[in-house]
Amino acid sequence: MTAALRLPAGRPGSRILSVGSYRPARVVDNDEIAARIDSSDEWIRERSGIITRHVAAPDESVSDMALAAASKALAAAGIAAEDIGMVLVATVTHPYQTPSAAAEVAFRVGAVNAGALDVAAACAGFCYALGIADNLVRTGTSEHVLVIGVEKLTDFLNLEDRGSAFIFGDGAGAVVVGPSDHPGIGPVVWGADGGQRDAITMTQSWAEYRDNPGEHYPTLVMQGQQVFRWAVGEIAKVCEQALATAGVTSDDLVAFIPHQANMRITDAIVRQLKLPEHVVIARDIATTGNTSAASVPLALDKLIETGQVTGGGLALLVGFGAGLAYAAQVVELP
Amino acid sequence: MSQEILDGLAAIVNEVAGTPVADITPEKAFIDDLDIDSLSMVEVVMACEDKFGVSIPDGEVKNLKTVGDAVAFIEKAGTPA
Repeated sequence: MTAALRLPAGRPGSRILSVGSYRPARVVDNDEIAARIDSSDEWIRERSGIITRHVAAPDESVSDMALAAASKALAAAGIAAEDIGMVLVATVTHPYQTPSAAAEVAFRVGAVNAGALDVAAACAGFCYALGIADNLVRTGTSEHVLVIGVEKLTDFLNLEDRGSAFIFGDGAGAVVVGPSDHPGIGPVVWGADGGQRDAITMTQSWAEYRDNPGEHYPTLVMQGQQVFRWAVGEIAKVCEQALATAGVTSDDLVAFIPHQANMRITDAIVRQLKLPEHVVIARDIATTGNTSAASVPLALDKLIETGQVTGGGLALLVGFGAGLAYAAQVVELP
Repeated sequence: MSQEILDGLAAIVNEVAGTPVADITPEKAFIDDLDIDSLSMVEVVMACEDKFGVSIPDGEVKNLKTVGDAVAFIEKAGTPA
């Protein structure tokens, strides 16, 4: 007779215990960018709502920024690094195919007992990783999970591309997810549409660049109108699904924290969702730019830091971007 | 030209860009005359699709330069073949 397999005891729920963030010191205003793309401060503000963004130093890596945010989140949670069971790093700008950023960050932070895995879901990455973390904790696979969203997008931009140069910034945000006696992270609603892979992509592959080294190295390129249409048309529906699946309504929310893609996308989604007046809308993009996988935890930390939200309330998170991948969930604020 | 479509489109442009309804006449260009930029235009197109039950593909949007162009397209797209 085959021996029966044993599973760990599950948990009734998981929750975000703490948040930490890291914003690079250098702040870049629109004038500096506008000069290279035949644009202006006013044009950039109107099209994106962005006033300034943080840019990492040349020698500052994805792993450096992730480590800074993760250390703050661990300290705030009062959890020792060796008690972390998994490190999930959501990023698309760690500039090595292998090893993963997560393995590097786990080592540097001292998470010696943790598994380590990168999540490449672009701007949806943090919400994907948070959904995975919730499942790991609830199934009893991991006691505590460190979830980090980090990007150094300025390494992969063409500063002369009018469609993208002004949008992106660098930074990192991290949360510690741990067990809870009730669900503090709602079911994740996620999906992807690879049929629209060209909407946000790289100008070419590294293999193509290797064969044509005279060209500009691969950089991000985006079909702005196509992305805007998809985001405005589909993401409000995804948000409604996340609320319904968690068994709550927008009246129960204290905050809406969408991926900080573009202020105009946030405004359009908010209009479609018809959120009640009392719901605080995260608008961190104004001074942070679009930091892809880092934007949701950075915006979450900003709301807490500035006292716009207090612990215990419910927030709706949603990430969406390249791959046309998306993920959303309702969470209890730490 | 359908007055009904023109009125419906004017209401949409007014909601998206705040342009007074009286200013939204067939000869006006969205971008040059009505303070609609490329992203607002996407919102106008999406609202038209909902309101008039037509499909306006991304590739078609650049051809809709004036209010009259959009009304004509919606009229044609909404006519059963």
